[in-house]
Amino acid sequence: MVRKMLEGSQAVAQAVALCRPAVICAYPITPQTHIVAELADMVASGELKSVYVNADSEHSAASVCLGASATGVRTFTSTSSQGLLLMGEVLFNIAGMRLPVVLSCVNRAVSAPLNIWNDQQDSLSLRDSGTIQLYAENNQEAADLIYLAYRVAEDHRVLLPAMVCLDGYILSHAWEAVEIPTPKEVDAFLPPYSPLYKLDPEEPRTFGMYANPEVYTEARYMLQRAMEEAVTAIQEASHNFELIFSRPMPGILEEYRTEDATTVILGMGSLVSVAKDVADELRGQGEKVGVVKLVSYRPFPKEMVYEALKGASDVLVLEKGISLGSAGPLLLDVRSVLHGPHQPRVRGFVCGLGGRDVTRQTIKAALAEKELVDARFLDLKADLELEGMGQANRDRQPALARGARRKRAPRKEGINSA
Amino acid sequence: MKVTTGAVGLPGTSRQNKTGSWRINQRPHFLHIRCTACDLCALCCPEGCIYGNGRNTYYSDYEYCKGCGNCAAVCPVDDIEMEPEKGGLPEGVFVFYDEEEFRHMSTA
Amino acid sequence: MLLASAAFEEGKEALAFPTFGAERMGAPMNAFVRLAREPIRDRSQVKEPDYVLVLDPTLLRGFDVFAGLKEGGVGVINSPVSLEELGVKTKARVITVPAGKIAEEVLGRADRANTALLGAFAAATGEVSLQALIRVVEAHWPGAVGQKNARAMGMAYNFAKGTGK
Repeated sequence: MVRKMLEGSQAVAQAVALCRPAVICAYPITPQTHIVAELADMVASGELKSVYVNADSEHSAASVCLGASATGVRTFTSTSSQGLLLMGEVLFNIAGMRLPVVLSCVNRAVSAPLNIWNDQQDSLSLRDSGTIQLYAENNQEAADLIYLAYRVAEDHRVLLPAMVCLDGYILSHAWEAVEIPTPKEVDAFLPPYSPLYKLDPEEPRTFGMYANPEVYTEARYMLQRAMEEAVTAIQEASHNFELIFSRPMPGILEEYRTEDATTVILGMGSLVSVAKDVADELRGQGEKVGVVKLVSYRPFPKEMVYEALKGASDVLVLEKGISLGSAGPLLLDVRSVLHGPHQPRVRGFVCGLGGRDVTRQTIKAALAEKELVDARFLDLKADLELEGMGQANRDRQPALARGARRKRAPRKEGINSA
Repeated sequence: MKVTTGAVGLPGTSRQNKTGSWRINQRPHFLHIRCTACDLCALCCPEGCIYGNGRNTYYSDYEYCKGCGNCAAVCPVDDIEMEPEKGGLPEGVFVFYDEEEFRHMSTA
Repeated sequence: MLLASAAFEEGKEALAFPTFGAERMGAPMNAFVRLAREPIRDRSQVKEPDYVLVLDPTLLRGFDVFAGLKEGGVGVINSPVSLEELGVKTKARVITVPAGKIAEEVLGRADRANTALLGAFAAATGEVSLQALIRVVEAHWPGAVGQKNARAMGMAYNFAKGTGK
């Protein structure tokens, strides 16, 4: 095990190289390009014996990975933002065909408007695809989750694509010390890929078949069950990881000072680091604040999230994305496991969009919020005029008035008037 | 019947799927009078079920012919006519995933 | 990155990350570095630096480069002229170093002044040793390029020491 100063992208590339994918196919996009450029360099120098294919788009890159994976080999691709969205329909196909393609998503905001900086809208937007999603808090995790991703994806109980998410620039372009294991250590953790089915002229198969209404539902049900199995697979792999690498691997989630916490902040990725700092500061002042870092967003570990949060009275979900027209995706998932009476109050906050810095002040602003919000945009700039919104209107972010009855509309004459 | 992981199936399902069962009321009749073996009928057939090698040898495999009429429309010497369906359509078969079922059904 | 690596060489924890505007060379950008004895968790942008290094003096025209600089903090500006001539008014301890000129002399390009500026930083603050910087630079650029950069760093280091400010 060697600890060296690396850029986040290099740490990911080196982790991928240690997993020896047979085929790497990618298309460049800011800010992930460093990862695949590093891998291309390794292939060109002979250091990494993979086939590197230059694709003409992310849709093609994912398609090449799909085809290559279907022949029974390990593959890798990497993308961000619009690139991930362009891969979208292929990812659904990869998952449906139960192919364990691994990719890294260097989280970047989506257009429009155009923005190259970090938020998690890209990966959050593909949460329905059947792709496992693991979020890294720092570059050590970004690298470590790659080994975990391959191991879990290729588990025969799972056989789903897996995406390691790391915040663009904040992690991908940050230089920090990362432990890179030896090939022997990685091989001890990650066995060779042994496909269930593969394309082979000796024993031909058809992938991506037509399924009529009589069988389609069952095929999709199998996917949901595979995702549920993935929770177990991630837990087992994480324990094994810790044994082999002597390093913590919270593959599902991490609880930070939550033992007796009345207020818990829940989030994913690098913003958790800031939340931990705030928790330390407030604990120092006698407040019972804890943090839950969710690493596995898909599968969403319902039981574990429930156990981690049930003792709190106030849960604040902070996320770098929103399901427009509803609330933050993470908030919606968290609330779904904390329904019914005697549950903590769960509120949602949107922050860090398009690279806006998430600071201690951001988190404290969330903690200061009184209302039952589910998509409160933190850090809105007061001095920016928003066309079409008067001053009073622009700051009116609706909150749920729980228990309030809406005024009934006046009865009209007609069929339904009693 | 078993649904495999990833709905992975066996090849040759196109051969199993007798699209001739889709014909409704017409099918091509190859006159074999003026044929120049230009091969256009075979090229334009969406099913790829027209075969021939030389003048006046072309025919359509009625197990798969859907009766679309493309061949008759494209023949430059009008050597193909669409005639009323004579009956005896093959039975339609859906693709199978189960290896055992497939081997049972396969006639190739 | 070089600074963070040098500090890491000397047993410190380091985190370095950039933020920039347009995706092109020559656009204004910020690079942040945090050095500590414990692992660093804070990834937010540095708003209250202990040190500010200014690589391009033309930035002084449009930006308050020393905004947030802590009392007792140190600034190092790459400039061939003195602080007074630059018109910089600040309570902080700021020195100017002709890093661009040194870079032009040694490396042939004035815009390759970053290594020289780091040499001056080492002298002005003592946060990292010149030896560690040289080791990192020579490892990063093996051969003549590394050695030239090391020389430029040494020259800037001596200059900064010499100003005695």
